[in-house]
Amino acid sequence: MLEMHHISKVYRTGTVETHALRDFSLRVDEGEFVAVTGPSGSGKTTFLNVAGMLEDFTSGTYRLDAEDVSDLGDDARSRIRNEKIGFIFQSFNLIPDLDVFDNVDVPLRYRGFSGTERRRRIDEAVERVGLTSRMRHLPSQLSGGQQQRVAIARALAGAPRFLLADEPTGNLDSEMADGVMALLEDINAAGTTIVMVTHDADLAGRAPRNVQVLDGWVQDTAEAVESSVANRASAELAVVGS
Amino acid sequence: MFRYYLKLASRSLLATPATTALMVATIALGIGIFMAAVTIYYLMANNPIPHKSDVLHAVQLDSWDPAQPYREDLPEQAPWELTYTDAMALRESNIPHRHAAMYKVSLVIQPTREDLKPFQTEARLTDADFFALFDIPFVYGAAWGRDADDAGQLLVVISESRNDELFGGKDSTGKTLRINDREFTVVGVSQDWNPVPKYYDVNNGAFDEPEQIFIPSGVGRELELFSSGNTNCWKDEDINSFEEFLGSECVWWQFWVELPSTVDRDAYQAFIDAYVKEQKELGRFARPLNNRITAVEEWLDVRQVVRDDNKVLIGIAFLFLVVCLFNIVGLMLTKFLGKAPQIGIRRALGASRGAVFRQQLIEVGALGAAGGLAGLGFAWLSLKGIQLLFPGFEHLARLDLTLAGLAIACAVVTTIIAGLYPAWRVCRVPPGAYLRLQ
Repeated sequence: MLEMHHISKVYRTGTVETHALRDFSLRVDEGEFVAVTGPSGSGKTTFLNVAGMLEDFTSGTYRLDAEDVSDLGDDARSRIRNEKIGFIFQSFNLIPDLDVFDNVDVPLRYRGFSGTERRRRIDEAVERVGLTSRMRHLPSQLSGGQQQRVAIARALAGAPRFLLADEPTGNLDSEMADGVMALLEDINAAGTTIVMVTHDADLAGRAPRNVQVLDGWVQDTAEAVESSVANRASAELAVVGS
Repeated sequence: MFRYYLKLASRSLLATPATTALMVATIALGIGIFMAAVTIYYLMANNPIPHKSDVLHAVQLDSWDPAQPYREDLPEQAPWELTYTDAMALRESNIPHRHAAMYKVSLVIQPTREDLKPFQTEARLTDADFFALFDIPFVYGAAWGRDADDAGQLLVVISESRNDELFGGKDSTGKTLRINDREFTVVGVSQDWNPVPKYYDVNNGAFDEPEQIFIPSGVGRELELFSSGNTNCWKDEDINSFEEFLGSECVWWQFWVELPSTVDRDAYQAFIDAYVKEQKELGRFARPLNNRITAVEEWLDVRQVVRDDNKVLIGIAFLFLVVCLFNIVGLMLTKFLGKAPQIGIRRALGASRGAVFRQQLIEVGALGAAGGLAGLGFAWLSLKGIQLLFPGFEHLARLDLTLAGLAIACAVVTTIIAGLYPAWRVCRVPPGAYLRLQ
């Protein structure tokens, strides 16, 4: 599903270079639920932005859904983001002057669905997060937990295969956080691949797989990743050879 | 997506009412001032008779002083007007399909209605062809016949407005109208006619209102009516009577002919040249042969109806609009970059740079349309101010549908041009950078 090989990301400010990711390699298979943990400034969010194609990277290769997306143009990246990736952010990132319906509608508009199809998908997504009765509420009229549910509905409405969550419970109390986490688990159980960045060890513990990032490096699963990538390469060679 | 973008634009504009109002007011001010200047220029430079302007020609004969040209600043030009002798002589030609000699007089109308007092008004002495030559339709009756041009018969054509005033709008043909203590018979009521510029007589106020009383040119001789317009003389002549004035070298007659083809024009040029050569043998026309027949648009150009001042005014108004647009660029840049986080969300959710760019431009276009509508208000106020300050410009200081449409189109286009850079800037920033701002 997601394969990053030796990705590096360097921010340059004048003569100062900051290495946000260094030789970062990771493979996430279809249907996995991976928690990415690490301290502040370790490169978690940069990894998520690169994975979501919101930022370029300096070197390395990135394959998403078997397609090399390293050098795609803006239109192609936007299309992939729209069709294959759902985003959930710590601060929800709802558009403040749009109500629930219109917020969930945003990615569907860029997908080019008909009005009827958009309405069906919005109804389904909002119902799935339990906010049908709040359809015409503005974000400011909702609690933090409800806003995050709207963000999840927006991410789900386009039926993405890959969900990227950046501290999805970071701004929620424990009860709301638990509800959002349960929702993500349900979504993963239904087949959506999830990569969740968090610094909350308890939350990460609920994910079947944990990856720790420190100073832009994948720390504790690198061996497994390399092994996984090597195995996949062998399998591909075998297919070519046959 | 257009409707969606329009909906987003209206929400965005309403979300920041103070900034929006400031931007709309800036556009409106720039467009209003610019359109006021354009309106004046447009009406001044208007072709007043587009379907016939290439066949109607003003006639000039250079009967002026052999010692100096008629105009020192335009030495190649002949006098704008003709002498009585020449105007009458040119009427003898059958080459033009129509022709009309004419001049302006001031008359006193003495209404029969008891509630109306006698009043002085400008009138035009002319020939029967005048109405057909300039396509002036009739409400009642018709023009007098050509045989009445010189007969001195007291006939009159009045305009519809004058007919409303004097005869309550009823068919007044056959009725009498007392003018300068003489009884004139009304033969026709012409539709109100207001060509801008008043091309048939730019000598006497190119933007004045046209006359509303028309009488045969021969009546001038009968009643000894001097011109109330320009009369220019160069020769030291002993003039003691109206008859002597008619025989003088003074010029005051305008002369127009209808020449539909090049053959007609060539033939007529040959005719007037032959006439002048004949006059030279009689001791007149001492200057080199310089006879001109000039079509309407060229005539307005030669006569500098649109003065250079007006062109400069357009330039200044345009510069003012540009200054307004630079201010708009700054305001839009601030507004758009302020929305960067929202744009970042949209980019993350699948909006391409192109989609963001289009969304911003539609918002800019909506802003421009609002500015254009408000600009019409400013333009109207500006024109009202011009009307108050310059009463002679009343005809010119008016907005029509074409100009209103042009104002809005101009506002939209110029605002979009001003919005290109802010829209480009906001769509170029990587979405990840926006989202970090959240």
